[in-house]
Amino acid sequence: MAQSNSLWRRFTTSQVFWPLVALGLIMLFNAFFTPNFFKLEIKDGHLFGSLIDIINRGAPLMVLAIGMTMVIATAGVDLSVGAVVAISAAVATVLINPALGNTLIASDKLVENVTATPLPVVILAALVAAALCGLWNGMLVSRGRIEPMVATLVLMVAGRGIAQLITGGQIITVYYTPYFFVGNGYLAGVPFTLFIVAAVGLFAWLLTRKTAIGMFVESIGINVKSSFYSGIDEKNIKLLVYTFSGICAGIAGLIVSSNIKSADANNAGLGFELDAILAVVIGGTLMTGGRFSLLASIIGALVIQSMTTTMYAIGVPAMAAQAVKAVVVMVVILLYSEQFRTVINRLFARKEVQS
Amino acid sequence: MNRSFKIDRKFVPLLATVGLFTIGYILGAIKYPGMARPQTFFNLFIDNAFLLIAATGLTLVIISGGIDLSVGAVIALTSVVAADLMENVGLSSLVVMPLMLLMGAAFGALMGGIIHYFKVQPFIVTLAGMFFARGMAFFVSLDAITITDPIYRSLSLARIHLIGKAFVSVHVIVAFVVLAVFMYLAHLTRFGRTVYAMGGNEQSARLMGLNVGRTKVMVYTLGGFCSALAGLVFSNNLLSGHGLYANGLEMEAIAAVIIGGTLLTGGVGYVFGTMFGVLVNGLIQVLIIFNGELSSWWTRIVIGLLTLVFILVQSTFTSWQRRQAGIRPTRKRSDAVATTSDGAVVPDTPTS
Repeated sequence: MAQSNSLWRRFTTSQVFWPLVALGLIMLFNAFFTPNFFKLEIKDGHLFGSLIDIINRGAPLMVLAIGMTMVIATAGVDLSVGAVVAISAAVATVLINPALGNTLIASDKLVENVTATPLPVVILAALVAAALCGLWNGMLVSRGRIEPMVATLVLMVAGRGIAQLITGGQIITVYYTPYFFVGNGYLAGVPFTLFIVAAVGLFAWLLTRKTAIGMFVESIGINVKSSFYSGIDEKNIKLLVYTFSGICAGIAGLIVSSNIKSADANNAGLGFELDAILAVVIGGTLMTGGRFSLLASIIGALVIQSMTTTMYAIGVPAMAAQAVKAVVVMVVILLYSEQFRTVINRLFARKEVQS
Repeated sequence: MNRSFKIDRKFVPLLATVGLFTIGYILGAIKYPGMARPQTFFNLFIDNAFLLIAATGLTLVIISGGIDLSVGAVIALTSVVAADLMENVGLSSLVVMPLMLLMGAAFGALMGGIIHYFKVQPFIVTLAGMFFARGMAFFVSLDAITITDPIYRSLSLARIHLIGKAFVSVHVIVAFVVLAVFMYLAHLTRFGRTVYAMGGNEQSARLMGLNVGRTKVMVYTLGGFCSALAGLVFSNNLLSGHGLYANGLEMEAIAAVIIGGTLLTGGVGYVFGTMFGVLVNGLIQVLIIFNGELSSWWTRIVIGLLTLVFILVQSTFTSWQRRQAGIRPTRKRSDAVATTSDGAVVPDTPTS
């Protein structure tokens, strides 16, 4: 494929290439089978269409994938993001709820367009709660030296219980309109969520690529021991990535709860941890850690979201869509597997076709 | 292996779980007289029979150093396909049940094969397997299907009286047979020893000439089989099948395995302990029900905390064992190094 053109070669060997191919294939499929998929129209000064929908609905996943990428790059994993999404959503909605700390309140006051706490405080509190969750994971992994999967499993199991404790076991509905802007608002005709993703992505990019932290993260993922002997503070780097992942989950929780205008401790962010991990894996970051690409993970999240949206568009039931998603993801992962490539290459060796 | 019955330190997590369950139950029985009734105790087994079966299969997978996240989804898939075959296709339950077990085993074998031959992390493969199984369940049917098969119904309603009026269901017998078979497999066969060796250190196991590949595929096949069996028990219990059944059960099963004293990094664990892990899980639910004031979400918080406590106990125990083995505890050891030196296989042999 790659000839003398070095730019093209750099592109095909870069981490974003295969995720982009996957995204392209899904778009191609849509071009043929989904009518009006690429149709963009402007209503009330906002852009509308399936593509915008994908970006808007995929925003929480993209934010999560950014945090998850850094965790996975250190050879860890964060299973608790779904639960942290629920916690952050619960904290935010409980603080907004006019009945805060007051159980006897007239129902007409509950549905008023007011907030019990100023919005900046609400957002800050939710993010702090999420950061604490991340910090807890990070402490268990770095100081407790517990395997990441196990350490984050604890919060994954307990987190939804904590979220229900915060909401008192109720689905809290929000009637405070300024809060809706986070998940539903438009800025310059583009969904506001896109700006959130861009901001988080930019921050993560600056953090990892403009400081040495990114290199430290990769080095820890490749070999913890030699990183330690090279003088890298592996404990605090791990603490940092888990905390960052927690904050990302907190942001996703804000987007989700604002989008559906309520917080359901049982179902908010259900299955997000799996989607986020798959997004990172599709993005070509290995579960064993090491080299990572934030952009590739964001594209991976888009792949998953567009796959979901496509299947809804052609009428696959929401729950059944998982099966198709699983098959596609498995194929992608197999393509990354050395052993599988060897088998394929051997099969096609005579035809001289590269897999 | 541990043939001597002297109380070894490696039994500490297991004994802690057994003690926790016993004390918890006795305290509960003192506070709530209803719990002292034999039937309440048997209900613990009846209600958790499917979890016990699934967790037993999972124990072996975890001891081998792997993980199976597809447990809950396979239970749901089995319940739906079984219900569909019986109700809509019209097959007899006597045909459907073996077929379902075969399907579960084949599904497990497929995942095990991908894990072994293509070297993909078990976590990822079984995660995809979980999505796939749950999705397929909804392809078969979006709504719950009620099962009316007469044999299936009589199986579900059968009561086996043990003490006076107290009874257990057929499911409990099935669960105990599975438990016994797995205890035999894990502790008394070459296959079981290979599983432990693999979990301790896969590379060493391979260098020792053990057939790691076949064992790995076998472990996941057994895991899939157990999940399918758990699915049959589950659907037999409810006499229906639906894709949403057993949602998040994989986490409950993993927690039960850990609380039962199995190390999630593999190599150490007891199939028998898993039973107590499941019982502790059930006990917490029973206590919350009897209390009547606590909300059900406390179950999850308590299970999460218990899991954490057991993990901490185990990691302390592992580092203690490493010190006993004469390996200087370097302050920062990577996980890869830690797993080579622990293990039930050769606890007293220094590895470096």
